[in-house]
Amino acid sequence: MGEPVIQVENLYKSYGAVEALRGVSFSVEEGEVFGLLGPNGAGKTTTVEILEGMRTPDSGVARVCGLDPQKSGEKFKERIGAVLQSTALPEKLRVKEALDLFAHFYSNRANTEDLLKRFQLVEKRNAFYSELSGGQKQRLALAMALVNNPQMVFLDEPTAGLDPQVRREIYAIIEELKVGKKTVLLTTHYIEEAERLCDRVAIIDHGKLIKIGTPRELKQASAGTTRIEVRLSRAPADGVLAGMDGVADTRTFEGTHVLYSRRPPQTIVALVKHLEADNNELQSLEMFSPSLEDVFIELTGRRLRE
Amino acid sequence: MSHTWTLTKIRIRLAMRNRMFLFFSLIFPLGFLLFFAMVYGKGRSDTVAYVLGAVLTMTVMGSFWGLSVQLVIFREQGILRRFRLAPIGAGPILASSILSNYFLMIPTVAIEALICRWVFHMQTFGNIPVIFLLITVGSAAFSSFGLIVASVTNTMQETQIINQIIWMAFLFLSGATFPLSSFPLWIQRVALFIPATYLATGLEDATRNLSSYADVFEAIIALTVGLTVAFEISRQVFRWEPEAKVPRSAKLWVLAALVPFLVFGTYESVFGKRLNHIQQNLDMLGNRPAQSEKAPPQ
Repeated sequence: MGEPVIQVENLYKSYGAVEALRGVSFSVEEGEVFGLLGPNGAGKTTTVEILEGMRTPDSGVARVCGLDPQKSGEKFKERIGAVLQSTALPEKLRVKEALDLFAHFYSNRANTEDLLKRFQLVEKRNAFYSELSGGQKQRLALAMALVNNPQMVFLDEPTAGLDPQVRREIYAIIEELKVGKKTVLLTTHYIEEAERLCDRVAIIDHGKLIKIGTPRELKQASAGTTRIEVRLSRAPADGVLAGMDGVADTRTFEGTHVLYSRRPPQTIVALVKHLEADNNELQSLEMFSPSLEDVFIELTGRRLRE
Repeated sequence: MSHTWTLTKIRIRLAMRNRMFLFFSLIFPLGFLLFFAMVYGKGRSDTVAYVLGAVLTMTVMGSFWGLSVQLVIFREQGILRRFRLAPIGAGPILASSILSNYFLMIPTVAIEALICRWVFHMQTFGNIPVIFLLITVGSAAFSSFGLIVASVTNTMQETQIINQIIWMAFLFLSGATFPLSSFPLWIQRVALFIPATYLATGLEDATRNLSSYADVFEAIIALTVGLTVAFEISRQVFRWEPEAKVPRSAKLWVLAALVPFLVFGTYESVFGKRLNHIQQNLDMLGNRPAQSEKAPPQ
């Protein structure tokens, strides 16, 4: 195996008193789609922006494509493409103009007509940036990230704030990149995005990398429990749910009681019996197979979108 | 250089699609010209030449205001950070701002001159190559001053306040709106330290055909040195990100931008004849018979 495309070692970064990164280390191999999964403020964007050369770490090592992002300047920028979390283009810039403009800055230029077709922007080629919908703007951002045929693509929450339909469109584009063997670093707080798109996922919270592995490995590590979410008309007494048959762990989020069960049928029977005896009422019950969300909750005690 | 030119073309297109830009860069200066020509010039062709110099000065100085606001908008909206990802430095972005502003200003200048000819029957445009040179150097210099302001202010509100203060000094202490000789001597001496004074007096002379290259040499040198220093400073203090703090060193750099004009102002105060020259110009204007008046019957 050759040198990793991304090598991060013991990265630290603070903004005043806030420690955004506290010793983050990971590596990404060529052709891999690597996900950084965590809630807002976890340190995902800071990590990505250091790797893009837009921020300087306080300490630690970051190398991308064998180069130091902070010191390699234009040579480095020629090799990466990126979709930033918060960015914009001038309102009166047309779609085709934007692609041609940014393509002009690079020595290795993709065909912008092909990009328009690939990202379904042909009909919008003469539209102003201000006239595009959220999904179209994001497709344009993705197309712009590829105008230089980059070796490494950074996607910082590329689907944040988009409706499910548009999100699925963006997933299809990222899957295309995956098929094309592009190395991609994706940050997200959508579980389904990480599960569907990433070869490996790193869970990050409060500036620390908590767990890293393939989605399957991470889910297997979550003690093989099934998540049962119930809402009751009255809160049960402390410790009652945790003591039920098969229950390994419990949490409560905004009135929803989450039971992690190794034997779901027995747990449900025990729950129903208890509710009858306690004259309590079941308002809703949902069961979920182990997911990355469960892994995240198990590791951090918090939901991803808290 | 190719990046600068590509960005310049795009910036020109963007400006042409912006109604606000068209209003402030075309309609507004023309309004000034008509107002000044009617009120101060009284529509007389000889005094309109004097007014044209002042209006051209204001048109050129407008570069200062427009570019600083535009750069801050680009930074606040996150547009600059997208450019930051590309292999392009601050230099081409700043240079394209200056160039596009210059090319967009030329039609305004031409229309102002044509109005003076067609509406106010101005006989001559003065020393056209000198006017052209002053407009070119002046536009680049004032654009660079604006770019410095954009880089050392954190918000649009802050930019507007600082712009207003500097703009007022440029406008009222340069002689562009009120003849400098009408102010007390100490204000006239202060004006010698203001870049706009060099542009205003240079253009005033050139539009009235009272100057050669040698006569405006000092103004050209002052503006060229100012432009070079200001451009380099704006490049040094350039910020891509809205949240990036203005470093302390940047504030010292800004003071460095004033150095050329401190030197020229001091030289003018001690050895120069600029203030006398300004007074003579005004006196000459007052004594000149109006061309539009009919000659008395023989």
